[in-house]
Amino acid sequence: MVHVSMKVNGKARKAQVEPRMLLVHFLREHLLLTGAHVGCDTSQCGACTVLLDGRTVKSCTVFAAQASGSEITTIEGLATDGRLHPVQEGFWEEHGLQCGYCTPGMIMSAVSLLTDNPKPTEQQIRDGIGGNICRCTGYQHIVNAIQYAANKR
Amino acid sequence: MATVPVLPKLIGERVKRREDPRLIQGRGTYVDDVKIAGLQHLAFKRSDVAHARIRSIDTSAAEAMEGVEAVFTGAQMAEMIPMGVATPAPTNRAIAVDTVRYVGEPVAVVVAIDRYVARDAADAIVVDYEGLPAVVDPERAMDDGVPQLHTEFPNNLAVRLMPSGTGAPPGGTPDDTAIDKAFAAAEVVIEQRMVNHRLVPNAIEPRGVVAHFEPGKGSMTIWSSTQNPHTLRNVIAGLTGLGQDQVRAIAPEVGGGFGAKINIYPEECVTAVVSQRLGIPVKWIEDRSEAFVATTHGRGIIGYLEMAARRDGKVLGVRLRLIADIGAYNMLGTSVIPTLTMLMANATYDFPAIRTTLTEVFTNKTPTDAYRGAGRPEATYFIERGMDMLAQELKMDPAEVRRKNLIPKEKFPYHTQMGAVYDSGDYEKALDAALAFANWNGLKAERDKARAEGRLVGLGLAMYVEVCGVGPSWLMPGTGGWEHSQVTVQRDGRISATTGVSPQGQGNETTFGQMLADQFGVPIEHVTILHGDTAVAKQGIGTFGSRSQAVGGTALHMAGTKVKAKMARFAAALLEAHEDDIVFENGRISVKGAPARGKSFAEVAWFAYIPTPLPEGLEPGLSESAFFEPTNNTYPFGCVICMLEIDRETGEPKLLKVSAVDDAGNLINPMIVEGQIHGGLAQGIGQAMIEEVVYGDDGQLLTGSLMDYALPRAADFPRFELESTVTPTPVNPLGAKGVGEAGTMGSTPAIVAAAVDALSEFGVKHIDMMLRPEKLWRIIHGPRQRSGQGGQA
Repeated sequence: MVHVSMKVNGKARKAQVEPRMLLVHFLREHLLLTGAHVGCDTSQCGACTVLLDGRTVKSCTVFAAQASGSEITTIEGLATDGRLHPVQEGFWEEHGLQCGYCTPGMIMSAVSLLTDNPKPTEQQIRDGIGGNICRCTGYQHIVNAIQYAANKR
Repeated sequence: MATVPVLPKLIGERVKRREDPRLIQGRGTYVDDVKIAGLQHLAFKRSDVAHARIRSIDTSAAEAMEGVEAVFTGAQMAEMIPMGVATPAPTNRAIAVDTVRYVGEPVAVVVAIDRYVARDAADAIVVDYEGLPAVVDPERAMDDGVPQLHTEFPNNLAVRLMPSGTGAPPGGTPDDTAIDKAFAAAEVVIEQRMVNHRLVPNAIEPRGVVAHFEPGKGSMTIWSSTQNPHTLRNVIAGLTGLGQDQVRAIAPEVGGGFGAKINIYPEECVTAVVSQRLGIPVKWIEDRSEAFVATTHGRGIIGYLEMAARRDGKVLGVRLRLIADIGAYNMLGTSVIPTLTMLMANATYDFPAIRTTLTEVFTNKTPTDAYRGAGRPEATYFIERGMDMLAQELKMDPAEVRRKNLIPKEKFPYHTQMGAVYDSGDYEKALDAALAFANWNGLKAERDKARAEGRLVGLGLAMYVEVCGVGPSWLMPGTGGWEHSQVTVQRDGRISATTGVSPQGQGNETTFGQMLADQFGVPIEHVTILHGDTAVAKQGIGTFGSRSQAVGGTALHMAGTKVKAKMARFAAALLEAHEDDIVFENGRISVKGAPARGKSFAEVAWFAYIPTPLPEGLEPGLSESAFFEPTNNTYPFGCVICMLEIDRETGEPKLLKVSAVDDAGNLINPMIVEGQIHGGLAQGIGQAMIEEVVYGDDGQLLTGSLMDYALPRAADFPRFELESTVTPTPVNPLGAKGVGEAGTMGSTPAIVAAAVDALSEFGVKHIDMMLRPEKLWRIIHGPRQRSGQGGQA
């Protein structure tokens, strides 16, 4: 067992975990933050995307031990004081989701994309969410949602 | 007098989804989010060979591991035969007993303290196999001397040459006079073998189950990522010896289904039985590599098309011989899905004669079953490709050859050669709308200009009609084909309604909320839609066949109508008016023409529960239910146009334009409808351009992960352009037809047509999907006589 210590959504968290414990399982099973989802075994789908020190990571491909000492933001930590993040708002306004399973990861990627590039073109948005797979929407309403958020900022 | 706020009518409006606030904040509860104290985890040991006898299974190392609760092999669960199907089918045990027939078939199951230990233990199980030759090619599988999957099905034939169409009544001897006459009179005949290849549905949430048998109560609760909680309840009850009243099935938030979560799977049965045997709650969550082999595949049909026509473009007859590669076993809909390809072979056309035949073949592969579209995209693809080849042969515009054959609107309801009754339609209107909306002539000029510059640009067009609103019960002898709903006006004036159709992203909580808000004249915020829990919504059939709105929505509307009628009688008594004069609007119930003579909705609701005095002839309370049994299916239709460019140097195809006109009848929420069409288009485009299941000759799945099987990403698509026509159905009072699968229909043939058009300078007649760049490059650069697909026109 290894000791891990990290700040998750602004709160200090400590635990003893197996060295092989994945970050996504640490978040989901230990902290009961079930917003990050597991959709594949191979880092393709992005449903598990969270922010690690402000950068997106696929939390199924990071050991909890590797994340020790860092700051993690999950979908649960995105809204502040009961107000939705502009990207969340965009997804609601523009019908950016259907089943919702890829949505938390997709939203975290979009947040990161807009941090890097506050006014992306449509092609930059489509390329920027290339690490996240949605099987429901055909992406068009997701693109609209991200454009909504970009215009809101 | 204070102004009463006017509530807007919501039906037909782009109402934001009520599901979204929880889902965009990570607060949805999917099956893997269900936690129960004492929960143990399952992992399956699966066959890693396609066809073999099991000599022995050594579970000792797994059982000795710390944290392992139990291990069960097939022999210990031999009585578990989960699925009954209507057609003759081989025995399909939940866990293989003596023979494995596809890679991924369960061989044993481990129960352990957590998912990591369970996986380790499953990996520690050693199975000794005696290898058998794998049967992979469905056409060769029928030959004499080829190894047999199931001894009781010689030549691997699951269904042996079933005829249908003109002069072929179900079960009768076919009379080929009409079809032979059509071909005898033909001035031109098109012939083509086409493959509508296998796909993996790939909902982003894999399947999963939690089963909690409570020995003290003798009852079971089972959560599953399923489209059909009621069928699950019924199957699990039968399997465990419990009554349907003792099993509660819950479909929590479900992360996509696309048809692949219709089945009741071996893992659901095993999870339930393990919980019952051990008396503990257990969970199984599928990982993606399991989903590739253990969740049913879609499509997998070879079509041999012959189309007889006159030189003016009029089609005289169609022969379509279908060979379905169904995999190793029959699941719930495995044998039925290809029959839908036959049913829809009439497409949108007034064909004088059709003869289809269907053969279903067992192979050492994962079983096929429903995948978005389920048999109809295949039919659309084969027939539309035929129309394009005819147009090419006759040098006609693909739109005009279709126009020449469309079923005229005066002929509806239209009895097809295949036995379907198309409910309503105006196909020429949809075609004209599509041509105008996409600017077909402008696109042709654009294409020609690009070609003059040496670019490989092509246009494709496809019409479709599909069968939706699936019922009636006679078509679905295994489950029934109705839907159920119960609408309750609570005593505080809020409305709770149950529905038997539980969504996987379709947004029923919103659309059904819109319907009841309008029906009762109350704010949508006062309406709660309950679904996906058989203890709450006690009856239902399920979500498939684009039936939620057309069948489930109608049941909701009927139950609402009953409650409203009763509430009007309470209001009439309170207001001393006649019930026919009672109107519901703006959260009030009042007398027609005298809005001041009214009560708030909540006041009338309160009176209905505490009726002093009780009006004569009424029981207290406001709760009514309804079953809706449709008299027919619905038949949505439309037209897709696309433009595609192929890179001359690399063979890489790029979609430049996708424009679709869909007619799904009346729409409740156009925003949700758009989302459904987008999603369907995305899956159709995926099939045409990048998705493909590949098996090796040894029956190994070579495309077994998302690293090997391409799912479309955002940059793979242009912006979809949508338009609609509205032809309501007479089959239900809503006039709604269903739209969930529409996008998968016309997209594949339109894209292939565009690719063939783009490569017209190479004399190409047909290209099988998917449009792998290498395949296109060979047509452009390879010697034509060796390309296999060029130069045959």
